[in-house]
Amino acid sequence: MKVFVPGDSAAISVGADDVAAAITKIDSSIEIIRNGSRGALWLETLVEVETPSGRIAYGPVTVQDVSSLFEADFLHGGSHALSLGKTDEISWLANQDRVTFARVGIIDPLSLDAYCAHGGLLGLRKALELSSQALIDEVTDSGLRGRGGAAFPAGIKWRTAAQATSDQKYICCNADEGDSGTFADRMLIEGDPFTLIEGMTIAAIAVGATEGIVYLRSEYPYAIAILQKAIDIARADSWLGKSVLGSAHSFDIQIRVGAGSYVCGEETAMLESIEGKRGVVRAKPPLPAIEGLFGKPTIINNVLTLATVPMILAEGAAVYKARGVGRSLGTQVFQLAGNIARGGIVETAFGITLKELINTYGGGTLTGRPLRAVQIGGPLGAYFSTAQFETSMDYESLIAAGGMLGHGGIVVFDDTVDLAVQAKFAMEFCAIESCGKCTPCRIGSTRGAETIDLIIQGVRVYENKRLLLDLCEVMTDGSLCAMGGLTPMPVKSAMINFSSDFTGAAR
Amino acid sequence: MKYSPFSQEAALGLLASLREEKGPVLMALQLMQSEFGYVDKACVELIANFFNKSRADVHGVLTFYHDLRTMPPTEHQISLCVAEACQAVGARELELAVKNKFGDEVQNAYCFGNCALGPAVMVDGKLIGRASLEKISAARL
Repeated sequence: MKVFVPGDSAAISVGADDVAAAITKIDSSIEIIRNGSRGALWLETLVEVETPSGRIAYGPVTVQDVSSLFEADFLHGGSHALSLGKTDEISWLANQDRVTFARVGIIDPLSLDAYCAHGGLLGLRKALELSSQALIDEVTDSGLRGRGGAAFPAGIKWRTAAQATSDQKYICCNADEGDSGTFADRMLIEGDPFTLIEGMTIAAIAVGATEGIVYLRSEYPYAIAILQKAIDIARADSWLGKSVLGSAHSFDIQIRVGAGSYVCGEETAMLESIEGKRGVVRAKPPLPAIEGLFGKPTIINNVLTLATVPMILAEGAAVYKARGVGRSLGTQVFQLAGNIARGGIVETAFGITLKELINTYGGGTLTGRPLRAVQIGGPLGAYFSTAQFETSMDYESLIAAGGMLGHGGIVVFDDTVDLAVQAKFAMEFCAIESCGKCTPCRIGSTRGAETIDLIIQGVRVYENKRLLLDLCEVMTDGSLCAMGGLTPMPVKSAMINFSSDFTGAAR
Repeated sequence: MKYSPFSQEAALGLLASLREEKGPVLMALQLMQSEFGYVDKACVELIANFFNKSRADVHGVLTFYHDLRTMPPTEHQISLCVAEACQAVGARELELAVKNKFGDEVQNAYCFGNCALGPAVMVDGKLIGRASLEKISAARL
């Protein structure tokens, strides 16, 4: 008898370990599989039972519900107040288009057999048959763009690194997912780590790299443990190591753990941090693809970018780029977060509207109060009002609307939010996390927080708003990276879309 | 959490395990902290000498990263996420209550990737979702 109880840290945070232990305590003959999370986080702990007609789900299960589940004969799909029916028929999941997240929540993340049974390693085997040129062409042709937020075409970055000549090249996976409201990298690593390893291996073959590094944040201890186990398994299976799946390619992966610095998610600060230094941003050029880690050609891609590559190779670029709109091709892993009734992972083709994501999937606010604001794309992303709910969720439309998609995180706020306070927080966060290299970011952020404070207190509101906009312009134009350059985005969007919060009058 | 008492001999023994690493300074500082609970001030010179760096290099790294601390930690450690997604579900109010009750044990953090089940708190390395003062108190035992 197989029962699935997610081992994802979000599920564990609401009691999944206790649920698993309680099930074992009642019947120790049950095989409990600690799968990743399906992504419907409001249903965690989501317990699934394997039956002849498919997997049957129950949720959200707490440790108190376990004995009644046994009484209801849940092992044979018996009905219970927490019954959700067949997992595959839960509309919230069934309506999604899971590509990058195809296996997350389905399989035991550390079972190589399950991985291969669900299409794992097909992409890598295909890559081994192709020339470097053909392999990079396929990735370029798929339209895959950097999912970390910068949306740079992955294939072009790969080509640059492939053309560089060097005795050593690196593949760096940016898993420093610091944006509030984003958790897709974490869930992918915890739920399907082999996909990331496969994507990195394909990238290595494409550009001729032999060493891979995953820069993974210290705030994700569960992900670090799972990925390390997965790397060890891949190594023992001769997938990583001197001869990748028996080929002439050599590739291995090491995890480097971050140390609580947000700016180290910026790619050049990340390189400095991997080199063991202060996470101070580098000027570009030189591009990391030409002169990156330890001065060698380096591909830096986000977790989701790399984890999407195996599918593109296995099924072909045409299948992937058939999804999406305009220049935003394929699927995006959206993350619904904050004050939202049904939060979690929604993977779907680009072009879904914000309204559909928030209302149809998200079900409005958790508190039940009216929704007032959403922040898209992390702490450097814009605050949108409900007036902008028809916005198409793709790279270009969001830029046109004054925002950015970033890493696809969407944070919902109800009507108790004060956007002047949020704008002040954006500046304070920048002051805390600035690497200190550029003066507009290092000092401007502190001055910005002070100026917003004056506006909140009603001191010379008109002059201070003008001053704040001027400061925003200096930060945007005078900072090397997105930390100082984009902190004005939440500030200005809050001022424009929620001007009533910036009048100096108490709300 | 249990840590070993700091000693130079133990520290040097640990550093030897990083001899083959490229760019080892941050890893060395992290290793000191995971073993001893903090980075003792003697570690700066030890690491500098061991890896042929200047003390300024090591001190610079030590003071850049929020994770690294130079004082022994409190018996319990409560890291509270106060980033936007958790703010949207009351993290600021929780912060006041938790700091009021647990004082020096509490530090602010920015995102544990549990943004759909906030407020998120890490108590002695264990992640708590939909955190409340009661849940934090229970997890701290």
